Amino acid sequence: MTDLTRMTATQIAGLVAAGETSAVEVTQAHLDRIAAVDDRVNAFLHVDTEGALAAAQQVDARRAAGEALGPLAGVPIAVKDVLTTKGVPTTVGSKILEGWRPPYDSTIVQRLRAAGTVMLGKTNMDEFAMGSSTEYSAYGPTRNPWDTDRIPGGSGGGSAAALAAYEAPLAIGSDTGGSIRQPGAVTGTVGAKPTYGGTSRYGLVAFSSSLDTPGPCARTVLDAALLHEAIGGHDPRDSTSIPAPVPDVVAAAKLGATGDLTGVRLGVVTEFAGEGAEPGVLAAFNEAVDTLTKLGAEIVEVSCPHFKYALPAYYLIAPSECSSNLARFDGVRFGLRVGDDGNRSLEEVMSLTREAGFGAEVKRRIMIGTYALSSGYYDAYYGQAQKVRTLITRDFTAAFERVDALISPTTPFVAFPLGARTSDPYQMYLADLFTIPTNLYGGPGISVPCGLSDGLPVGLQVMAPTMADDRMYRVAAALESAVGTFTPPAL
Amino acid sequence: MAAISREEVAHLARLSRLAVTEEELDTFAGQLDVILQAVAQVGEVTAADIPPTSHSVPLTNVLRDDVVTPCLTPEEALSGAPDAEEQRFRVPRILDEDVAS
Repeated sequence: MTDLTRMTATQIAGLVAAGETSAVEVTQAHLDRIAAVDDRVNAFLHVDTEGALAAAQQVDARRAAGEALGPLAGVPIAVKDVLTTKGVPTTVGSKILEGWRPPYDSTIVQRLRAAGTVMLGKTNMDEFAMGSSTEYSAYGPTRNPWDTDRIPGGSGGGSAAALAAYEAPLAIGSDTGGSIRQPGAVTGTVGAKPTYGGTSRYGLVAFSSSLDTPGPCARTVLDAALLHEAIGGHDPRDSTSIPAPVPDVVAAAKLGATGDLTGVRLGVVTEFAGEGAEPGVLAAFNEAVDTLTKLGAEIVEVSCPHFKYALPAYYLIAPSECSSNLARFDGVRFGLRVGDDGNRSLEEVMSLTREAGFGAEVKRRIMIGTYALSSGYYDAYYGQAQKVRTLITRDFTAAFERVDALISPTTPFVAFPLGARTSDPYQMYLADLFTIPTNLYGGPGISVPCGLSDGLPVGLQVMAPTMADDRMYRVAAALESAVGTFTPPAL
Repeated sequence: MAAISREEVAHLARLSRLAVTEEELDTFAGQLDVILQAVAQVGEVTAADIPPTSHSVPLTNVLRDDVVTPCLTPEEALSGAPDAEEQRFRVPRILDEDVAS
């Protein structure tokens, strides 16, 4: 029989629905694959073997009972460790939550269960989703299946690497500044950040609440769209959830797969097409632009003059929100408590707990945020960054009056060697140069593989207007139909 | 000129409830200085009359119907606590000893 781990989610669901394989068989194949390769990849922080097999048995029982199952029933999935899973460890890549078993499921995970997907386990990530390489995980870095001496991107490097290593056909990520798209780009997989508010944040451990967006990761655009459809939509338990139907992303992916982009106007962001990206990335991107033209798209150049201030604005806004959000890790209600010897005060214990539980990058961001929100600095830093956010949003709005979607390379550089950027935190921040504007604006963005540079994957990013997520799927699927998918060397 | 001094970093750490070590202070002072000088670029933008954006979703006062729905039991809510007693989170002392006695 064909290797089940090499199949797309769509193919697996089809086989399960037709009774040609069972959810249990598919799940076991992926658990075996994880057992065989994850010591070299470290994509998973926790593999829930028992839970996965039990969930798979349930799907098979429901099918045997004649129940109509959704389009992803029986498909295994890896979930970033930022989402709460009832009774299953959730660490957010941090020592401060080591051993925590949440008493409730996040909305995304509830919807995944309802859709009949089978959760294999929880994936590695930069601590609290702060990072671009997964090297800031408290549990060791994840390695890129394309070259295990290189980073898999971050913060969702575990989810992306699990896909590229054929440990899972689907995964969930979360994108605050690029944490779904950037790992997708450097691992040759597809990663989509939905419109902010299009997917629920209930049970997503908060980093930067005005930016955090959970979303789908997959090896094909159609699989990502199916997953997006399964998890998206209004959630009354998230007060920033948009009360509107999910755009028809699946239909858009199917339309795009016909390879016809006639009548579609795409804007190349001037500010992202020149300096900033390394030559190999630019070459692959320019070739993809030619391909999109051949598919019928009209390409125009669009200037977004404030995008160059997106990175500094983001690194004020996100740390500010994080410094407030992470105050909940106080050694009282969950997680680690250090130094409680009966003599020390609550405040002393809190400071010792946070010192021991947080890694260096999390501490840096908490302190930057505390600084930016301090009286005397607030207007010049946080307040000014919020104004820049308005100007970036206006750049997007003006651009979308001229074009249907914007395109750029997803990342300035291909996967870099482990350790290359950890000593200089700001060099790490540059990995998100092209993905951050979308988060500040709140619109959707997707990364789709567009080529290789020195044997390493390059991603093309499509950015669409708020609640027009379908547009980016159409463009991404069209490009995929022309360039194909990319397979890493055998592990 | 440095944007931030070692003493200021120590102050931020205290405000942030982080019992950082002397060695960390040395490292963080340099790193935060680089980061703050870079993010200060936002000051180049003329934006005096621009309204700030705190959030991309224009929703306000999202309310739910006032109906009782299932929620966590006290046992579930306390299940992750480092210390609990009589259905409550147990914390180290919050008052000075002489005040408490």
